[in-house]
Amino acid sequence: MTALVVSELRKSFGGLHVTRGVNLNIEPGERRLIIGPNGAGKTTLFNLITGEISPDAGSIQLLGKDITSVPSRRRPHLGLARTYQIITLFPNDTILHNVSLALLGLSPLRWNPFIDMKRQGHIVEDARAALKQVGLDKIAERPLAQTSYGERRRVEIAMALAQKPKVLLLDEPFAGLSIDERRDVHQCLMAIPRDVTMIMIEHNMDVALEFAERITLLHFGEVIVEGTRSDVVNDPRTREVYLGH
Amino acid sequence: MNNRIIPLAIGFILLAALPYWIPGVYYLNVASQILFYAVFAIGVNILAGYAGLVSLGHAALFGVAAYTTGYMLQIGFGHPAAILTAFGVTALAAAVYAVVSLRTSGIGYIMITLAIGQIAWGLAYRWISVTNGDNGVSLHGRPAPFGIALSSPTAFYYTTLIVFLISIAAVAIFVRSPMGAALKGTRDQARRMNALGYHVWAIRFWATMFSGLLTTAAAILFVYYNQFMSPQTVALTASAEVLLMVIAGGASTLFGPAVGAALVVIVKNVVSAYITRWNFLLGAIFVAIVIFMPEGLVPGSVRLWRLMFSSRSEDKSAQTGVTEPSP
Amino acid sequence: MSFWLVLTVNSITFGGLLFLLASGFSLIFGLMRIPNLTHGSLFMLGAYFGATFTNDLLGLKLNFWIAALLASALAALFGALLERLLLRRLSGQASAQVLVTLGVSFMVADLCLMAWGGDPISVNSPASLAGFVRVGPLAFPLYRLGIIVIASIVAVALWLLLDRTRLGAMIRAGVDDADMARVVGIRVSQLFTIVFALGAALAAFAGIIGAPILSVYPGLDQDMLPLALVVVIIGGSGSLLGSFLGSLIIGFIYNFGQALLPELAYFVLFLPMLLVLLLKPQGLFGRFVP
Repeated sequence: MTALVVSELRKSFGGLHVTRGVNLNIEPGERRLIIGPNGAGKTTLFNLITGEISPDAGSIQLLGKDITSVPSRRRPHLGLARTYQIITLFPNDTILHNVSLALLGLSPLRWNPFIDMKRQGHIVEDARAALKQVGLDKIAERPLAQTSYGERRRVEIAMALAQKPKVLLLDEPFAGLSIDERRDVHQCLMAIPRDVTMIMIEHNMDVALEFAERITLLHFGEVIVEGTRSDVVNDPRTREVYLGH
Repeated sequence: MNNRIIPLAIGFILLAALPYWIPGVYYLNVASQILFYAVFAIGVNILAGYAGLVSLGHAALFGVAAYTTGYMLQIGFGHPAAILTAFGVTALAAAVYAVVSLRTSGIGYIMITLAIGQIAWGLAYRWISVTNGDNGVSLHGRPAPFGIALSSPTAFYYTTLIVFLISIAAVAIFVRSPMGAALKGTRDQARRMNALGYHVWAIRFWATMFSGLLTTAAAILFVYYNQFMSPQTVALTASAEVLLMVIAGGASTLFGPAVGAALVVIVKNVVSAYITRWNFLLGAIFVAIVIFMPEGLVPGSVRLWRLMFSSRSEDKSAQTGVTEPSP
Repeated sequence: MSFWLVLTVNSITFGGLLFLLASGFSLIFGLMRIPNLTHGSLFMLGAYFGATFTNDLLGLKLNFWIAALLASALAALFGALLERLLLRRLSGQASAQVLVTLGVSFMVADLCLMAWGGDPISVNSPASLAGFVRVGPLAFPLYRLGIIVIASIVAVALWLLLDRTRLGAMIRAGVDDADMARVVGIRVSQLFTIVFALGAALAAFAGIIGAPILSVYPGLDQDMLPLALVVVIIGGSGSLLGSFLGSLIIGFIYNFGQALLPELAYFVLFLPMLLVLLLKPQGLFGRFVP
């Protein structure tokens, strides 16, 4: 059973065709990298997969189940998690609370208006465990406003991991990071076990190439090249897309 | 939380013993008013503060509850029936309010709730067969549960105090609960909450219903206190006043709305004896607070206190407790 | 038959008046994305101003039209000050800005009460437009027809401003995408002040023009503001055509509603607004969704 199948996905905004018949087949445990110049439609593709926008045509299958018309809020419950290019965390809370919210999202407890959230031992424990995976457990109580950009990127990842996803979408996880921070994030990502399938959008080639097992090159909403790392890197069409010739 | 126990205890004792130290029935009645307006403000705060949904039409729900009570009593039902019906009808109204207003968020929500408020006002004004229009609905007497006549100002005060304390406790529990955390999450990052698996619309719906519940309680107390109900209570000024209470006191805080209610009621009742143009003063206070102390009196005073009495200044950029709601 | 004709003419008149009021509101909402809750107060201020100068209340009697222009100019100044001193401090915080306009509307309403008292004041229509126009057995006040003409002139003037001038182009750019306009070098914050002043002037002008028909009384602001809101929601914000058509539609609904279904008049007025908000939130011609 494939982890994620995208079939003939299409999306236009008015006259602008952002996604033109994209097909993807991602195997369980795979580390897939999606690259392409700006405007290629990579983030839109992610938004289509998570359901934040609905496609004009085509279908999406997650772990064998057709989720094309499943509302976006149900998809995390089916094993799909995502990090964002622009950090959209909860600025007024601690890191721990941010991750706890991620955990709570999948729990039936989120409808409970009576119990004290801070006393829910298992939620707090799981949140700390997720923070430990990204190396932030020591500063769990720190307010988000007092963390660095690199730390926030790792909080994003912790939130996604906390939901124990089967398929994890990472939208430019290395954007705006210093070399040290990049190394930290890279370490977290490499440590993620194989039962999580990872799909990453990234511009930062050095780190991304190390991560990728298969690469998909997107341009103007279409898949131009797809294959192993060496396939794509050596393909003349890749040069053409990036350098124009 | 521990360093709050002493001020809270002192506050509770003062409130409980109020009829004995307050100088006269007039002020006792003002205290009652503050308390039930506080309940109204606490209800509005659930939406305006914790949910990030600035409701400019909440007087509509207040009006539905008050008019229902008045109408039921007029056509001959007893107090228990009137009160229960008010809760039922307002719950229905709150559900409709939610379904209509939650199609939007942000500025759209403000405008649509404004429109709903206006419709309710128009109905109160024109649907003469039910509301008696401008002449209003008069009540005769207050209930006497367990033989305690609430026509006595002291007994009425204690009733409002009990309702107030229950409301504060309910909201305190709610805010610390998972659902409360979820609601605050939808205020800060609605899109993200959706992506994390939350049902943002449903959360906001139930928040509106909770708010409606508290509003009903406040409205019933209001109509029994005044023995009268008119369309004026459903006008835009009424919605604006309660919003002012929330914002002035401090949105998204537990006691802020109560402090705001105290401020507004005192200005209306006491100060207006000396200054005739209290609406102007109210508006001026509103503008001043939004600009200079946007987080409200409660957090603002705490901040000032800390600034004055601590060696290092904690510079937290102050934003309105009413955060810019995310789409 | 004559009943319907009179109702129709009154509807068009009222629609014209609404257009004067709503066009300013629509411009402000379109550009700055805030529903200006002082708009009703500015209308009332204009009306009171008109009452003062035409009724010789201050020992000064001005020509109606001069009073109208003076009122608009003063309102423009007030609007500019309000924007620069208060609203600009809160740029980016739309909810806070709306609340400030709400607070200011309270202040203005009370100031009017202080200055002019609680009794309604009637204003005479200007001498130049006194009298009637006879159509068969019916007599239409010349002033009402005059309002239709004035509103049309203002509509054309606004259209020319927006469509043919550089300022208009900048405003339209700002309405479409304020951030992008900034990037392109348009001084958007200056534009905000100008548009707010213009909107205020239009509201006050509408007030004084409408005073002979509506008279002036405390609470006029609260009667007019919701109407401006409905027009802009239905017609669409930032769209002149939308305000124009929306005003006519509301003019008709308001007058016919009052005449035929007085108990449900308010309901009839706001129901279309709710429907539009629910089904087509950007209004008939709007550029964006509130």
